[in-house]
Amino acid sequence: MRVMAQLAMVMNLDKCIGCHTCSVTCKQAWTNRAGTEYVWFNNVETRPGQGYPRTYQDQERWRGGWELNRRGRLKLKAGGRVRKLFSIFANPLMPSIQDYYEPWTYDYDRLFSAPMQADTPVARPRSLISGRPMKISWSANWDDNLAGDPSPDPVLRKVSDQVKLEFERAFMFYLPRICEHCLNPSCVASCPSGAMYKRSEDGIVLVDQDRCRGWRMCVTGCPYKKVYFNHRTGKAEKCTFCYPRVEVGIPTVCSETCVGRLRYIGLVLYDADRVAEAAATPSERDLYEAQKSVLLDPHDPEVIAAARASGIPEDWLDAARESPVHRLIFEYGVALPLHPEYRTMPMVWYIPPLSPVVDVLAKTGHDGEDAGNLFGAIDALRIPVGYLAELFTAGDPEPVRAVLRRLAAMRSYMRRLNLGREPDESIATAAGLRGEQVEGMHRLLALAPYAERYVIPKAHAEQGAQLEELGCSLDYDGGPGMTGPFGEASGLPAPVAVENFHALRERQTGENLDDADELRGRVNLLNWDGKGTPDGLFPRRKK
Amino acid sequence: MSVLLWVVLPYVALTVFVLGHVWRYRYDKFGWTTRSSQMYESRLLRVGSPLFHFGILVVALGHVGGLVIPKSWTEAVGVSEELYHLSAVVLGTVAGVATVAGLVILIYRRRTVGPVFTATTRNDKLMYAVLGLTIALGLAATVVANLVGEGYDYRTTISPWFRSIFTFQPEPALMAGAPVLFQLHALSALALFAIWPFTRLVHMLTAPVGYLTRPYIVYRSRDEGRPAAKRGWEPSR
Repeated sequence: MRVMAQLAMVMNLDKCIGCHTCSVTCKQAWTNRAGTEYVWFNNVETRPGQGYPRTYQDQERWRGGWELNRRGRLKLKAGGRVRKLFSIFANPLMPSIQDYYEPWTYDYDRLFSAPMQADTPVARPRSLISGRPMKISWSANWDDNLAGDPSPDPVLRKVSDQVKLEFERAFMFYLPRICEHCLNPSCVASCPSGAMYKRSEDGIVLVDQDRCRGWRMCVTGCPYKKVYFNHRTGKAEKCTFCYPRVEVGIPTVCSETCVGRLRYIGLVLYDADRVAEAAATPSERDLYEAQKSVLLDPHDPEVIAAARASGIPEDWLDAARESPVHRLIFEYGVALPLHPEYRTMPMVWYIPPLSPVVDVLAKTGHDGEDAGNLFGAIDALRIPVGYLAELFTAGDPEPVRAVLRRLAAMRSYMRRLNLGREPDESIATAAGLRGEQVEGMHRLLALAPYAERYVIPKAHAEQGAQLEELGCSLDYDGGPGMTGPFGEASGLPAPVAVENFHALRERQTGENLDDADELRGRVNLLNWDGKGTPDGLFPRRKK
Repeated sequence: MSVLLWVVLPYVALTVFVLGHVWRYRYDKFGWTTRSSQMYESRLLRVGSPLFHFGILVVALGHVGGLVIPKSWTEAVGVSEELYHLSAVVLGTVAGVATVAGLVILIYRRRTVGPVFTATTRNDKLMYAVLGLTIALGLAATVVANLVGEGYDYRTTISPWFRSIFTFQPEPALMAGAPVLFQLHALSALALFAIWPFTRLVHMLTAPVGYLTRPYIVYRSRDEGRPAAKRGWEPSR
């Protein structure tokens, strides 16, 4: 047993209102640069819908992820090493900018520079790729709220055709997506340069910008299409799980800014030796269970001993025992992986939405929160369940049904308590839970306190000698004190200033408001001309 | 004059080639990329790029065979001059034509597809000019020598000169007597080597052959690859 730690996320889809705050804040933090205009490390798509990039889930077309060869061993769906090297000069399976969308800006200057005229001047859209005026016809969320035509949705096609129309009237829900930080990442396996790697401490999948040579195979390899090609720098970029933030114990930007408080971050421990074996499970429908079987119980003394032997620090083991992710996957059993059939062992899990069922029930005039009605409806409404099963369990409706029953039981059980009635243990039992578990689940899902939602152990300074840049001089070779030989985009990238994130954490988690005296001698930013850094531009560091 | 052209220039170009790469690798790893433009346009690229790259790989192998391997070696294994010449001309012409066709498609694409043209730097244009010139002169030298004349045995002149550069006993006289087209081809190739480290051609030196042997999943610790602080004392102020 080789125990490794993995930072994982769970998203509770019942609470997602599709506001795109996560996408926008992520974009402002990470991809507001030239070359990444079309890139959304985090995007929210309406299901059913085509997704971003369009129809990315159609692996017969894009060939992402893994498949089994005739001997039952794992192989990359887009072809092995030799085939990759032979198609390196023109990757036939790479999405074009049109499959994402052509990014644009507006000709805002027209509004000011247009001469006096009878008509109001307009700012016309201009392509950020070619610089020419363009007609906007698609974007990352063009089919929001079932706008346009969701029928090319590859998942929808799998659910039988005859129910389609009825189905479209029945429901929709939102699916926020980031990189899955898989246990068996096919993007890493596809990278010819070996520039992509999985961090051994926390399992975050990253691209080494200094070693990436722009061969573009990772874009093909990822079945979720969450590795992007920066067309200006010629390098791959992807979601970083906001590693500079989680290293100091604060949640990712998308989680922090989520207005629905639907994201959970925590550790899971897994047995790295068993990943390949589990990913090669013959039947696709068994992959959900196989994926769970790779994860280890952090309360098991044997696991704890093995984890210590693998060098996982004690506070990380504590965090693993407190992990909301582990509880949601195992104790409550409500979190499911996205597309386990890609065999990458994705580590962003989802609690499927119950609300479509409740809505349909309420529309027919029934009490949408009565336990009997709800249980019956879950079993009867095979269409949403079938669709959810295609997303989360490779088409097996049973686990989805079980999750929805638990969520339904929680609603009914808690409603009785809210109305001041006696708790009804039989509702909990019907979903395979105990009453106190239902209340714990309700606390985690409905109240979702910050400290329970995010249990993120800090990175260890003794492991990461270079984490601290405090007091380290900036004029080392290629450091930020020097400019690269080919302008600002060249040279070694400036190391992430971890101390800024410590300051951020201090501000976000501090209890006291700053003393008014603190503001004395500070520069009023409204009067600052943007030149230089006068004294008092930044707050004094607290002792 | 011949010393300047066939001794000084080659050493200058090769020194720039080697040191330039060392310098670029040290200071500009982030700029070391293919700068692929496939995102913008892939229909023409899918024809042109493999045609050019596979063509130029065969051409490169042919140059190794013709320049590095001495004539006496091939004759020792029983390959006559006629047989060598015939195979070199046939293979070289096929590969050369493929390379030129690919290059023409790629340059046409670069000029006509808006986003690709916008992404083309002056550095790229210079590189294309020198690369195109070198390839054109090389192909012209072969075609002219074999159509107008009855072939030119460069393995008695150019090849020994080429090897003499690397054994540090340069023999410029060998090259001075070669046909003009071959001389021009060699000179433009030297120019290409000299600008090589500063262009996008560097991607050739990191061709990912290691991919064939490494394990699929790469694990790396957080510390690896982070720039280390400078050792030693802080300067006094």
